[in-house]
Amino acid sequence: MMRLPAFLRDEGKGDSVVPPSGHTAWLTSFTAAAMAFLAVFALALSLAAGSLAARWQASLDRTATVRLSAPEDQIDLQTKAVLATLATTPGIASARAMTDDEQRALLAPWFGPDLPVDTLPLPRLIEITEDSAGYDGEGLRQRLAAEAPGAVLDDHTRWRRPLAVAATRLRLLGFMSIVLIGTATAAMITLAASAALAANAQVIRVLRLVGARDVYIARAFVRRFTLRALMGAAAGTGLGMVGVWMLPSADSAGGFLTGLGFQGAGWLLPLLLPPLTAAVAYAATRASALRKLRELT
Amino acid sequence: MIALENVAYSYGGGELLSDMSLRLAPGSFHFLTGPSGAGKSTFLKLCYGELLPTAGHITLFDRDVRSLTRDDIAYTRRRIGVVHQDCQFLDHLPLAANVTLPLTVAGRAENAGDLADLLGWVGLGALAQALPPSLSGGERQRAALARAIIMGPDVILADEPTGNLDWEMSLRLLTLLTELNRMGKTVVVATHDLNLIRQAKSLVPARVLRISKRRIHLAGADL
Repeated sequence: MMRLPAFLRDEGKGDSVVPPSGHTAWLTSFTAAAMAFLAVFALALSLAAGSLAARWQASLDRTATVRLSAPEDQIDLQTKAVLATLATTPGIASARAMTDDEQRALLAPWFGPDLPVDTLPLPRLIEITEDSAGYDGEGLRQRLAAEAPGAVLDDHTRWRRPLAVAATRLRLLGFMSIVLIGTATAAMITLAASAALAANAQVIRVLRLVGARDVYIARAFVRRFTLRALMGAAAGTGLGMVGVWMLPSADSAGGFLTGLGFQGAGWLLPLLLPPLTAAVAYAATRASALRKLRELT
Repeated sequence: MIALENVAYSYGGGELLSDMSLRLAPGSFHFLTGPSGAGKSTFLKLCYGELLPTAGHITLFDRDVRSLTRDDIAYTRRRIGVVHQDCQFLDHLPLAANVTLPLTVAGRAENAGDLADLLGWVGLGALAQALPPSLSGGERQRAALARAIIMGPDVILADEPTGNLDWEMSLRLLTLLTELNRMGKTVVVATHDLNLIRQAKSLVPARVLRISKRRIHLAGADL
């Protein structure tokens, strides 16, 4: 059976020598809970940004579009020329001209569903799918210029790059938020621990008088604050996970919110927050306690 | 055991104690007297490592006090029982837990089996679960003495232990201290109660030291 670390078991009744404290107790638990709650959302944001970037990349990767603008009497001829050129281009798996219905569907969000596509001088769109080897973009542009002067190759790079950058920055922002939350948690627990140590200066004097080592006195405070942080973080994490679970689903929210949350094993990641918070509290309180003890006695 | 050699202690720019040399032999009994503010408490604090001398050398159990780490000081205090006038208890813990506190912090709480005997010896057998604030002055002093000796220390330092007690209770405490001395403990009692010193000299061969004009002197005939 797994055993708790010695300092958590309190076999030596260590923290009973510290009087029950008032506001620092709930303040530590509340801080840990609030920070863990926020950290759950920051974690969800980071993971969502990662999956969003991957989705955008996957949907734009290995596809390209040829936009063909030509006089009406030449459009079909140039379309055939483009398709023929594409069919003989190494690295292109398939190419097809989009139908009027498909073009109407693409424009519907901006112009409505009743757009008379056939009466407008819209360019013909030809969808290209690459194979795994990929194609030579510059070479294809030169061949298209020769075969169909009105054809322009759009390999989506100018769309893909800012989207990928945005998603990466979003993910970085999420991770930075988690680091800031951890740092703020450590700072607040340090303040609470310092206040508790200062308030118990008399207790510390008595303990030193009867032969207590600094590490014994520090452990009494460290254990108490670590447990409070652990319990607070567990509560905050639980609430945060419920909050993420209750977010609108991908279908109903759509757009940016699509996929914001945890997927599959990703739900296990927030469970790391309570032990991490406890570890932060342990380190912060121990450092603070040992420093304060040297000041007090 | 505890030796001072040309010790001086300055505080706030002024010298409180100067050129003090003394050796506390095993099993000896000393009274330390002098006017209020003469430096009796400071002398005792120097003897258990709470203060460091500003000049001279103090040796605690054959080790220079300046060479001791904070942990070493803690271990040394387990060999020195200290009784303060204000006792200094943890008020949220019952008397029994306070008395066994030295054992608890030393990780030897399982050795507290003779606690009932000890509390009975100092006359507090029925108050083991009482909280310190509910005890009288005499009870607190006897509890402080019990706490000071529970580790079986070699030295007992008592700072005005009878300061808040009536004469009857003072004698009772004195009797306990002299019994401890007969068991081989070195005892130093800081007090300005000359009647108590006279009474003690009829019970044990005690040396009386007086601090005056920043120095320590051997007192005698006037007591």
